[in-house]
Amino acid sequence: MQASPAIAAVPAGAGEDAAIVIEDVDKHFGDVKALRGLSARIHYGRLTGLVGPDGAGKTTLMRILTGLLAPNAGHVTLAGYDVVKDNDAIHVASGYMPQRFGLYEDLSVMENMRLYAQLRGMDADRNADLFAELLDFTRLGPFTKRLAGKLSGGMKQKLGLACALMARPKVLLLDEPGVGVDPVSRQDLWRMVQALTDEGMAVVWSTAYLDEAERCESVLLLNQGQLLFDGPPQELTAQLEGRSFRLEDVGAERRAVLTQALDLPSVSDGVIQGAGVRVVLREGAQAEQLQALSDQARVELAQVPARFEDAFIDLLGGGPGGTSTLAERLPPVELGSDIAVSCRNLTKRFGEFTATDNVSFEVQKGEIFGLLGPNGAGKSTTFKMLCGLLKPTAGEAHVVGHDLRRATGAAKSRLGYMAQKFSLYGLLSVQQNLEISAGVYGLEGNTRRERIAEMIETFDLGDWLSATPDSLPLGHKQRLALACSLMHRPPVLFLDEPTSGVDPITRREFWTHINGLARKGVTIMVTTHFMDEAEYCDRVAMLSRAQLIALDTPDALKRSAVSPERPDPTMEDAFIHLVESADRELEAAT
Amino acid sequence: MLTSAFSFTRLRAQFIKEVLSVLRDPRSRMVVFVPPILQLLVFAFAATLEVRNVDIAVYDQDAGRWSHELVQRLDSARFITHVRHVDSQQQLHELIDRGEVIAALAIPVDFSRSIAAGESGRAQVLVDGRRSNSGQITVAYLSTIAADVGAEVVPDAQAPTPVVVRHWFNPNLVYRWFIVPGLTGILALFSSLLITSLSIARERELGTFDQLLVSPTSTPEIIISKSLPALAIGTGLGLFMISAGVFLFGIPFTGSFALLLASLVLFIASVVGIGLMISAVSMTQQQAILGAFAIGVPAVLMSGFATPVENMPVVLQWLAQAIPLTHFLIIVEGSFLKAMPPGDILASLWPLAVIALATLTMATAFVRGRLQ
Repeated sequence: MQASPAIAAVPAGAGEDAAIVIEDVDKHFGDVKALRGLSARIHYGRLTGLVGPDGAGKTTLMRILTGLLAPNAGHVTLAGYDVVKDNDAIHVASGYMPQRFGLYEDLSVMENMRLYAQLRGMDADRNADLFAELLDFTRLGPFTKRLAGKLSGGMKQKLGLACALMARPKVLLLDEPGVGVDPVSRQDLWRMVQALTDEGMAVVWSTAYLDEAERCESVLLLNQGQLLFDGPPQELTAQLEGRSFRLEDVGAERRAVLTQALDLPSVSDGVIQGAGVRVVLREGAQAEQLQALSDQARVELAQVPARFEDAFIDLLGGGPGGTSTLAERLPPVELGSDIAVSCRNLTKRFGEFTATDNVSFEVQKGEIFGLLGPNGAGKSTTFKMLCGLLKPTAGEAHVVGHDLRRATGAAKSRLGYMAQKFSLYGLLSVQQNLEISAGVYGLEGNTRRERIAEMIETFDLGDWLSATPDSLPLGHKQRLALACSLMHRPPVLFLDEPTSGVDPITRREFWTHINGLARKGVTIMVTTHFMDEAEYCDRVAMLSRAQLIALDTPDALKRSAVSPERPDPTMEDAFIHLVESADRELEAAT
Repeated sequence: MLTSAFSFTRLRAQFIKEVLSVLRDPRSRMVVFVPPILQLLVFAFAATLEVRNVDIAVYDQDAGRWSHELVQRLDSARFITHVRHVDSQQQLHELIDRGEVIAALAIPVDFSRSIAAGESGRAQVLVDGRRSNSGQITVAYLSTIAADVGAEVVPDAQAPTPVVVRHWFNPNLVYRWFIVPGLTGILALFSSLLITSLSIARERELGTFDQLLVSPTSTPEIIISKSLPALAIGTGLGLFMISAGVFLFGIPFTGSFALLLASLVLFIASVVGIGLMISAVSMTQQQAILGAFAIGVPAVLMSGFATPVENMPVVLQWLAQAIPLTHFLIIVEGSFLKAMPPGDILASLWPLAVIALATLTMATAFVRGRLQ
């Protein structure tokens, strides 16, 4: 391990003590109860995951632990100090990495580190060895002169980590370090955190990714301000033992099978995994109905180990149903050609920098096509060229046969677009948002009224018409954004990280609609950071360093990463494997 | 298909959105409604070059007839609030040092005696140079008073008739007559500049601008839908200020209203173009506001509102010709006081039309440029 005792200096004999003790903590902001009667203990030498969907109270708890917020009731001690009374001591004992990049973008990596050292009252010149150690640990050595603002998402997080480690804290608090970080960089962060806990430091890693929870030694699972579970993640998943199944190699019919499975009374949750369908049974339910379904579909039903996410959804009472009311209403898409989206030799250069280099592929009608890649690999540049937000430097892109450069209007009227941030007019009402989307796509008169009424009914927005989008619950907000992007019934739908920051239940509801749309022949183009979402795709295009490095079905990509140590690789393993082997090839070539 | 380059349905939907956004956004609302009222009050009542309500210190060592006469007149002068009598040169200096008086009058022991002897009486005036402008005006007022006293000393003196100044168009040099018409232009400039520069930046923050760009909406539609509300609000504000000038301040409006209205609309159109350019390059609303001020403030300073354009270096004079406010100020000031003939107005109107055409075209290019 690269971490030396200098970084993780923990008092002798502290191993058995709790690093953080939380007792009956309440916190509310006005009427909003962010935390309710929370009690927990966090130990030294352990990686503790603070897990929960957005709005669960993770950040509030983090800020209380660092002494940035005072609880309304209850006590918190960190390394033996009360966070309210001994506020100054807390800042010495803890290192905190906030969710948003808390460093100075206009200073270089080294200048940021020096600044942090000086803020801690350290003499930057005398601590050259500590600096060298941190740079080595974070592998930022070659980039000391680069401006922090110009670093990639993963490198920013590593720099943030280096600065948080500057004071040799006993407790390290990381607020969603995995957000916006690609799997390769995330792997790096895990490695570093592992090294720190081995040295005896207490590390708290907050996350909305439930797959990250499984890698923690202990987990605090939060939902709506309450602690749902406290303990090792395996303990929770063990409760689900024997309830997780996979319908293997369902193939083309997997979306129909998922819908049928989710509509079974005995099934509480289900997702698509490559060519298979993964389902979780309700508590006490038997697998008979599922067996019948697999017989009918003539596929094999296999029992699989439970995942943390299964347990979480189960704790919340199961996922949504499988039938999309939206897709049921839509007429099947008719296209002149089987190719919905295509690009040939697509290239984009910004000055010297090539963001997308000679990318070509074709997307079939009704396909769910995923674009994946590490940060800065050119995934969003490619995506933007395909939906007309950027003009290619060379090459061409077609949407339903229209060239995006020549027949811009024609192509654009045939595509729908939903962005990460939902892109709604926050100051206008729900009704007005719907009217505007109908309007900018040129819908008039009766058609316009009918479509708007249809969307309101389909997405159950009737009670919210005069509310502003910002006041809607997250799930409804997402429905509204989807309604707006589908108002003109586009045969092709572009989704740019559509479920970032959305809880797993809302994500399932969203994918139910997307699966339904695909079954009606709507072509879906999607970028995502969630590897389990990539599993929903028919095919995945993997980009790295501006180039297309792989294009295949999720299962084929996973198979390519099979190795003796990893007989059953996950999508994330495949991602890391592909990116790293592409990098190796590139290095070998130069 | 719905693919024509121009569609009234799309335009109408966006226009409604723009109007609602401006009216519902607290920031835009403040830009629209607060400055007119505030500036009207500030500039029209507080900002004036006249000197009023000042204190004067007097160190009268003479206490004779003529010094008494002089002090009496100071006492009754309307621009002076208090005459502060002091007993030493020391106190005089202190009052000026502390800024309690703007000027001090030291009357020597032999003031009345000299006058009685037929010589001229001399008194010393000390002025606070830190307030140079007001100080100079105060000195001028004091000289007038001293001259009046002199006239009493030698009532039948055939002093040479002083130059009689007659100010045309604004005979009493009422400061408001000059400033309110100019304000019409400045207010309309800032309001429409801010509304438009916020408009694209706001959508970019929300992410809705990408949503618009992926829709079949064309760039001219975006520009028009964003221009119209600003044009309406800017023109409305301009008219509000013009009517305030006419009805509230009683400034004579002698020119052609129709021509002034036409120039106002063209003026705002050119500003809207500048605002949209700023907005197209701003990533956030904060940048947009900073950008609007970075352009707006120098534009006002160079427009001839504060200092005449003719006094500037030649290069800057050329630059001033590219500022829409320069031309509009000539028209609005001319329309109020000078009954400017249509021919002269047209001479300033066509540059406005050219600037408007140029800025709106450039704004369209800038928005298109974002697609690169």
